[in-house]
Amino acid sequence: MGQLFAVEIIYRGVFQKTLAKNITRDIVLAAHNQGKLGISFGRYGDSPERNGIPAKSFAIVANDEQTLEAGMAQYEPKQVDLTVVLDDTLCKGAESWAWYGLQPAHHALKPGHTLIVVSLQDASALLKSIHRREEPYKLGIVKGATSFSGMWVYKDDHTDVRILGAIAKALPEVMSLESVEKFINEKLKNPLKVTSARTAFERFSSVEVKAGEGNPEELFKFGLPRWEDMRCGVSIKGQPQGGPFADAVTGKVGGFRPVRNELFKKYSTRTQRPVVNFSTCTKCTLCWLNCPDAAFDVTTAGTYDTNLEACCGCGICEEVCPVKDCIKMVNESEFHDNNSQWAAYETDKDAYLKWLETTIQKAEPIEKRSHGFRYRGQYQEQVPEALEIARKG
Amino acid sequence: MATLTIPVEEKKQTLEQEALITGAEAIAIACKLANVDVVTAYPIRPYDTVMQYISQLVADGEMDCEYIVAEGEHSQFEIVKHASVCGARVFCGSSGVGWMYAMEALTVTPALRIPLVAMVGNRALDDPGAFGVEHNDALAVRDLGWMLTWVDSAQEALDTALIAYRVAEDPRMLVPLAISCDGAFLTHSQALVKIPAAEQVKKFLPRYNRGDLLLHPDNVISVAPQVNEDWVMEIRRQNYGVTERACDVIREVYADFERTFGRKYGNPFFEEYMTEDAEVVLLGMGTMSTPVRVAIRKLREEGKKVGFVRLRWFRPFAGPELAKCLERFKAVGVIDRDFSFGSPNLSGVVATEVRSAMYTGSSTRPPVIGFIGGLGGREVTVPDVETMTDIVFQAAKGKAQPLTQWIGLRG
Repeated sequence: MGQLFAVEIIYRGVFQKTLAKNITRDIVLAAHNQGKLGISFGRYGDSPERNGIPAKSFAIVANDEQTLEAGMAQYEPKQVDLTVVLDDTLCKGAESWAWYGLQPAHHALKPGHTLIVVSLQDASALLKSIHRREEPYKLGIVKGATSFSGMWVYKDDHTDVRILGAIAKALPEVMSLESVEKFINEKLKNPLKVTSARTAFERFSSVEVKAGEGNPEELFKFGLPRWEDMRCGVSIKGQPQGGPFADAVTGKVGGFRPVRNELFKKYSTRTQRPVVNFSTCTKCTLCWLNCPDAAFDVTTAGTYDTNLEACCGCGICEEVCPVKDCIKMVNESEFHDNNSQWAAYETDKDAYLKWLETTIQKAEPIEKRSHGFRYRGQYQEQVPEALEIARKG
Repeated sequence: MATLTIPVEEKKQTLEQEALITGAEAIAIACKLANVDVVTAYPIRPYDTVMQYISQLVADGEMDCEYIVAEGEHSQFEIVKHASVCGARVFCGSSGVGWMYAMEALTVTPALRIPLVAMVGNRALDDPGAFGVEHNDALAVRDLGWMLTWVDSAQEALDTALIAYRVAEDPRMLVPLAISCDGAFLTHSQALVKIPAAEQVKKFLPRYNRGDLLLHPDNVISVAPQVNEDWVMEIRRQNYGVTERACDVIREVYADFERTFGRKYGNPFFEEYMTEDAEVVLLGMGTMSTPVRVAIRKLREEGKKVGFVRLRWFRPFAGPELAKCLERFKAVGVIDRDFSFGSPNLSGVVATEVRSAMYTGSSTRPPVIGFIGGLGGREVTVPDVETMTDIVFQAAKGKAQPLTQWIGLRG
């Protein structure tokens, strides 16, 4: 058997579907420029047509047909030579719509190989999110703001070719920079993109991540039942109704917490989370009423505390909240735990309000958020800024 | 001291009655006796006589049910599906392309474990538009987990409908069941039928109980979620389990039917006629049994030892049992009132299934000649049966015969 290479792209459904598809396709075409064969595909069990759902796309490259076929004879590569994470909030792990449990970003990465993350953060900040593992690996960063587009629109901010340049550096066995440049010249026909790829190649470097280094969080796992043990009639037992619960700080029983599915947790679906100012909250109930995921717990004081197991980060609560700055959506990369904000507020109000003040400063104004496409020409306006970041590196 | 008196009305009810009714009416009366809760209707011949008759029973105050006229067959079957999940005993039916129009709803009922009892008034599929009987409509669901049975008289239609509710609603089963009634020959011809008393039926047919599959505020469940490749095989395996149990459940229910009503059907899966000393047999489903039996009596007078096996249950298919029965004969002729274009040997559905059952279930494997006849409601005549018997006798003598032959065709 000849040499077989697999590259995995972890991305967010809808927002990065086209980007991920383009990158895996381009890897195969660039590798083909130096005589290799390959295929690219999206993991079918994912649901990349759902907003923000973590999903995977793969490129498999081989030197000959039989080796390629051996690589194709499985649903998805069990081990990959390189993993690319297109949104740094996915460093907290990816749970596919297809419900495989929370998988770390380096889930399939071979020991000693490279994990590439598109991010404005540095390696030590990212390692607060990336789970630790027993085998060492390399972590490289392609400096850039997360590139998000929509279902029908594509933001051509050079993230695609910058990733190609970085891969040519990190995994030259798959394709050389020359192959990448030839591909861009012939297929994308954009000399500026050639420059972007070359700059990314030249700038790319990685750091060694030692065994055991990283986020110590226990990964959320579950087993699948045998057919005899499953309920029949394609039915699932509903959740019982919730009720009052003991406050984590005061121990006082009250409020209301719905019973939630123990297995279906939405951590990795989120790219932003609501931050609540409990001292300005008027208890109007609008966030709680409008939340499509029943993510709010009603506290003993009658305020509304986001339960981060259940929050998808959609931002509807922020939109419906009538009080200025009472609920603000802040990028998920600012947080490294899923603890209750209400508990923190109760423990030390002043410290919480201080933390809140600095945290919500990091909230981007709604109109600048990476989600969504709002008007024609929006991406054209945003691209120069992205290119500037790329140029500066 | 209280005196026990039986009111005259109640006394009457305990008596079996006799009536001259069509097969369609017999099914309607069975629905009344089974105290069906929800009936949905949409007209198409020949099934529509059932819905007409049920609506009359409701209008006359004889039957109490939700009677919903849907805007098409798809909704017709969707409505009963949902009602059944909520604990209602349901009845529905259709014919020909109407049944096919409901196909998406028909497909989902077995996996959702819906014990829907449906009547298929067998009708040729369009095109050409035609009213007459052909079995391809009901057979279209043969691989999906539906139980399928064919009856050949109004009496059997009524009895089988009662049996159908017992079988379908058995906690080991909970899958849909279709009773096929040949259009015209059965649905539109009247015969004398013994109608059991409501009291007897009550004894035979317990209340429908879905257990913890009931969709109810006190039993909160979510039905039919979207799943990925990690779940589908296990769900299919559950329905496979139902088919493994089906024959045993059907045998039990027929035995209890005999005990309750005194009418005997013998082997539930197929009925043998003059097979004891037969050299060859014909095999078929539905009302073709009448001309076949008449022809067999005539052929017997000529000294030709031929018998008939009428298949009652197509799903489950009692393969090993049927193979053991058929291997006693020197040759078998299967009359298909259906087609399966492009199938092995280009035979009909039943002939293909019989050959498949014989391949593993019989050591002798006598030749199985397939006949396609009676399509679109064409009569299977006594001379047709004589012709087929002659061909099967030739096969029995070792003379090679085409494996599929069209009977009663101009040309």
